[in-house]
Amino acid sequence: MARGLGWFSLGLGLVELLAPQAVSRTLGLRGQERLIAAYGAREVATGVGLLLSRDPEPWLWGRVAGDALDVGTLATALDGRRPRQEAAGLAMLAVLGVTALDLASACGLASRRRGMAAVRRRLPEYARRSGLPAAPAKMRGAARDFVVPEDFRTPAPLRPWGVANEVA
Amino acid sequence: MRALCWHGTQDIRCDTVPDPKLEHPRDAIIKVTTCAICGSDLHLYDNTIPAMERGDIMGHETMGIVEEVGKEVTNLKRGDRVVIPFTIFCGDCDQCRRGNFSVCERSNRNKSLADKVFGHTTAGLFGYTHLTGGYPGGQAEYLRVPFADKTHIKVPQGPSDEQLLFLSDIFPTGWQAAVQCDIQPTDTVAIWGCGPVGQMTIRSALLLGAKQVIAIDTVPERLAMARAGGATTIDFMEESVVERLNELTQGKGPEKCIDCVGMEAHATATLDSIYDRAKQAMMLETDRPHVLREMMYVCRPAGTLSIPGVYGGLLDKIPFGMAMNKGLTMRMGQTHVNRWSDDLLRRIEAGQIDPSFVITHTVPLERGPEMYKTFRDKQDGCVKVVLKP
Repeated sequence: MARGLGWFSLGLGLVELLAPQAVSRTLGLRGQERLIAAYGAREVATGVGLLLSRDPEPWLWGRVAGDALDVGTLATALDGRRPRQEAAGLAMLAVLGVTALDLASACGLASRRRGMAAVRRRLPEYARRSGLPAAPAKMRGAARDFVVPEDFRTPAPLRPWGVANEVA
Repeated sequence: MRALCWHGTQDIRCDTVPDPKLEHPRDAIIKVTTCAICGSDLHLYDNTIPAMERGDIMGHETMGIVEEVGKEVTNLKRGDRVVIPFTIFCGDCDQCRRGNFSVCERSNRNKSLADKVFGHTTAGLFGYTHLTGGYPGGQAEYLRVPFADKTHIKVPQGPSDEQLLFLSDIFPTGWQAAVQCDIQPTDTVAIWGCGPVGQMTIRSALLLGAKQVIAIDTVPERLAMARAGGATTIDFMEESVVERLNELTQGKGPEKCIDCVGMEAHATATLDSIYDRAKQAMMLETDRPHVLREMMYVCRPAGTLSIPGVYGGLLDKIPFGMAMNKGLTMRMGQTHVNRWSDDLLRRIEAGQIDPSFVITHTVPLERGPEMYKTFRDKQDGCVKVVLKP
């Protein structure tokens, strides 16, 4: 879900960044074009972060914070004196819906992180799972008695020089 | 009987279904004692391999006790202990006579469909897509084995199910992946993916005498398990795979590269991975071949790429010119399980390797559906799930 939200962030951010006048006109927020473009830059940065980072959780919490800013800004468009109250109301509902998704995704990742911490505590157990009767260094080449079938052999010219000579 | 059945994307259920019956004189019925979820089952779970149908029984890593045999199965009897290879083969066709069991010309009962999709048919597989016969799988209480006089590995009573079960797939798959590299004592073998097949490949490369085995993944417990098997590890989210491989090979690159990842690579922080995700979302690409691209780039010229990882369809932006100019050899395919099973069974009995090291979860069959999710999401340190019907 985090990656999906990353793509959403990128898309929304590009619209806000490239067409702030259209967005402000639609939402009844005339005069706030620079703010909307800044919000667009924020969305793009968050989207790129979500898509490229190893751990998207901080970026998701960043989105939640950004959602709070969006809600605050949209609330100013709902004061009754501005035009396009209906569009702003719909936008507010959409932002609240996306906020719920952001929160759910961030909480899910936080819970997974706690689970991973528990796994990390068990790492020494995995480090003992060799499946071998002796240390790997001692087992290296233990199956050299295996005869590679002719149809699986590397042609001599592609083998290392010394080995090719030995085989020949 | 109870069986794990496919009902759609990420929808596996434990259903009650009719018991299998002998349908042909070469059939046998097996009472399943132990089975497992394979990484390639996850492709079906995610519905990235086509031609599954609702109600299909999953599973192709199975062992058990012979319950009933057809008239023409003279080398098995009720009570025999057997591991069932995931590839069904007749033993008589041209390919089988050459030992190419995974491309048996007769065992795929949907041959005409496979002929159209693949050009020529491959072998029938248990619990897999209808492109490979749509045979009911072994994540069930009983399994019908077609061509049972050939499609079995008879095993002795001594070793545990857990030690023997993986002769059905992941151990010979890892072994064949290494054998495809014809490993020489001077070779560095780089292995992408430290899932169950990757773990078996690491041990196989080590036993076959590779000078250096390098394993690439990002899941901490899988990397720890890879180190336990003698591999030097690279966490692809923490460090550059290309730079580290060059460091470890004095700038020359590994001679042998093995892709144990396949079509659903999760290299989330690379641009080509994002590109693949976007194309997949638009249904313009079926697979995410990041590993294949990286192997072609890092492999030493005149080296070998071995590909046991499963690919399903159409791959984009494969740097084939790079592979051609470097003179790389590519070997791939489903595993010819029985070609290796006698040798591997001997090694297990001799104590040279105990494949049960990879098992992290053992649960009753009914808990299979939840374990698909646990395995897919690598939760709870899950590396390999074994099911007890």
